[in-house]
Amino acid sequence: MGIWRKIKPAFWNRSDSELELLNYRRLWRTTLFSAIAVTLAPLVFLAGINFYQFEEQYQLQRNEITSHVQRLLAVNKVQLANFLEERRAALTYVNLANTFSQLSDRRHLATVFRRLRQSFGGFVDLGLIDGQGIQHAYIGPYNLEGRDYKNQDWYKEVQIRGIYISDVFLGHRNFPHFVIAVRHERADDQPYVLRATIDTGKLNSLLSATDLHPIGDIFLVNQQGVLQTPSTLFGGVLTRFKSMPQLAGQMGRVTEVRQGNDPPFLVATAKVEGSPFLLVVVKQPAALLQKWDLLRINIIVMVAVSVAAILAVIWWGSATLVSRIYEADLRRVAMLHEVEYTNKLASIGRLAAGVAHEINNPVAIINEKVGLMGDILGMSQDFPRRDKFLDQIKVIKDSVRRVSEITHRLLGFARHLPVKSEQIHLEPLIKEVLGFLGREADYRNININVDIPPDVPTLEADKGQIQQVLLNIVNNALAAVKDGDRIDISVANRDDEQVAITIADNGIGISSQDLNNIFEPFFSTKGEKGTGLGLSITYGIVQKLGGHIDVVSQPGQGTSFIVYLPVKQRPRRLESASGEDAARMEV
Amino acid sequence: MKVLLIDDEKELVTTLSERMEIRDIDSDWATSGEQGLKMIQNQAYDWVVLDLKMPGLSGYEAIQAIKAARHEARIILLTGHSASEDLDRALDMGADMYLVKPVDIDDLIALMQGGGKQER
Repeated sequence: MGIWRKIKPAFWNRSDSELELLNYRRLWRTTLFSAIAVTLAPLVFLAGINFYQFEEQYQLQRNEITSHVQRLLAVNKVQLANFLEERRAALTYVNLANTFSQLSDRRHLATVFRRLRQSFGGFVDLGLIDGQGIQHAYIGPYNLEGRDYKNQDWYKEVQIRGIYISDVFLGHRNFPHFVIAVRHERADDQPYVLRATIDTGKLNSLLSATDLHPIGDIFLVNQQGVLQTPSTLFGGVLTRFKSMPQLAGQMGRVTEVRQGNDPPFLVATAKVEGSPFLLVVVKQPAALLQKWDLLRINIIVMVAVSVAAILAVIWWGSATLVSRIYEADLRRVAMLHEVEYTNKLASIGRLAAGVAHEINNPVAIINEKVGLMGDILGMSQDFPRRDKFLDQIKVIKDSVRRVSEITHRLLGFARHLPVKSEQIHLEPLIKEVLGFLGREADYRNININVDIPPDVPTLEADKGQIQQVLLNIVNNALAAVKDGDRIDISVANRDDEQVAITIADNGIGISSQDLNNIFEPFFSTKGEKGTGLGLSITYGIVQKLGGHIDVVSQPGQGTSFIVYLPVKQRPRRLESASGEDAARMEV
Repeated sequence: MKVLLIDDEKELVTTLSERMEIRDIDSDWATSGEQGLKMIQNQAYDWVVLDLKMPGLSGYEAIQAIKAARHEARIILLTGHSASEDLDRALDMGADMYLVKPVDIDDLIALMQGGGKQER
């Protein structure tokens, strides 16, 4: 599972409780599989159709080759049969036209032999064999007269069947030839056999004239599968045709034959009528179908590469998409935490400030009263136990000072939240704020429109604080509207020094009674859901930034908050003196 | 030197007034902005010591009214607490100085006698 660990998206093992809003794995799976389905389905469908059509074409092409083989077989079989029949008929004619005694005349036999050669070609010799099987007369290159054929198989066969055609053999002539023998049978003449040797060269040239483009072969074999004419693919004359056993019983049909690692051959055989020969036509369809095979491989490779690329892109895309959502949600949660923390800090500050304020007034009275007591004692030199009282007054004054130090420290806490000053573009800032709250709006189908003219200047302020201001107000607007309502956010230049950000909703509105109190700390119309600090803090921040907030509201119609913010921060004044000890003031 | 003390805490203003008397400073007091403004109409004061947060007329409004009536009196603000922005606003409106409660009366008198403006 090493690869999985490498390609696993970042959100896979995360189960932040805040982020259970969405199941990222499920989202990713859904995205992944729907994208795969949408993209691959048409591709697979097209590839299927393409493959089907291709297979049809391929089969057509193959059938074409098969029928070509069958045509070659039929044509050549007839030609060969004719060739043999011509020579048989010629010999039969010689038999019919001559008597034994005429042919016994060597001169006459030589004339007959010459005419046969001239008319038909291929005749090598001609012999006359009498009824006892003895070669009576012979015209040819050898001296074979007086030879006894009586006990040879061919002689017996020609006696029985009247005709004999031999297999091809080398014999003592040492070149391939075959023999045709025809029995003479006339009632008025003594029986004899006419035996002619035919050169296979004539057969070879007959077969080699056949066009076998591009790879193919045509040749003759005998019943035992020995080549009778040379083959370009399977060897010379009288070698064994190894595929013969595979063709048994397939006479006339086209059969696919494999030989070693070569591509398969299409082979068809047919018996040549009136001879011991089988005609074999061989064709290698691979050569013709090679282009088609290449096309098929191309299609498969292309589809495979496309599918792999699509899968990779979809994997990457969906993982990136869900990772982005996940990261954005993480950021949103972190920001909400930060805002919550800031709110908490600010509310503590507010509380502290309120407490300090309430304490300072009575402490001031104590301070004055005890001061007065001191003044009076100072004037009454004879007051009994005056020193004792002055000591008490001193202790009370010290305690008052301690209390006021504590309250000042509390006030300081309220005021000294860090403030940064930077140039803020309102448009991205508002978008960022909506990024935090936009989801709720999406879920509730609330339409938030933002209208920011391009000429709005940048603000010099603390980005986090402006964000908090807008967050608080937009959050209130979201609480005020019903599902499906709208919120409009617009920005306008009030003058050269101020911009006005308006957040208007068409929600429930605020009653005029509540309107006076909305910026008071701990005032809330949200019941237990609200702390009553949001708008109070917002007000404080806007004031601190040198701006102010207007609120216009009609119950049942909606509310508009208009936040005015200065474009430039005024130099901050009395930073250290404010709320600090009176002693630190300069006159 | 004539001083008017305005604060909603009566005990505070009466005591401050008494202590000023001990220090030979002539002072009147009022427990609301409205009352204080009336007194300013009838009597000239060199200094008005004013609480910023009071029911009714607030410190800001009192400052505005005093300045609108073109009274000569200089104004010192007393405050339980205030954000610096509030004080800035008050100083912008015409207050001269401010002090955070509780104040030391001798500091207050020294400020008035010094007569200077508070630096920002």
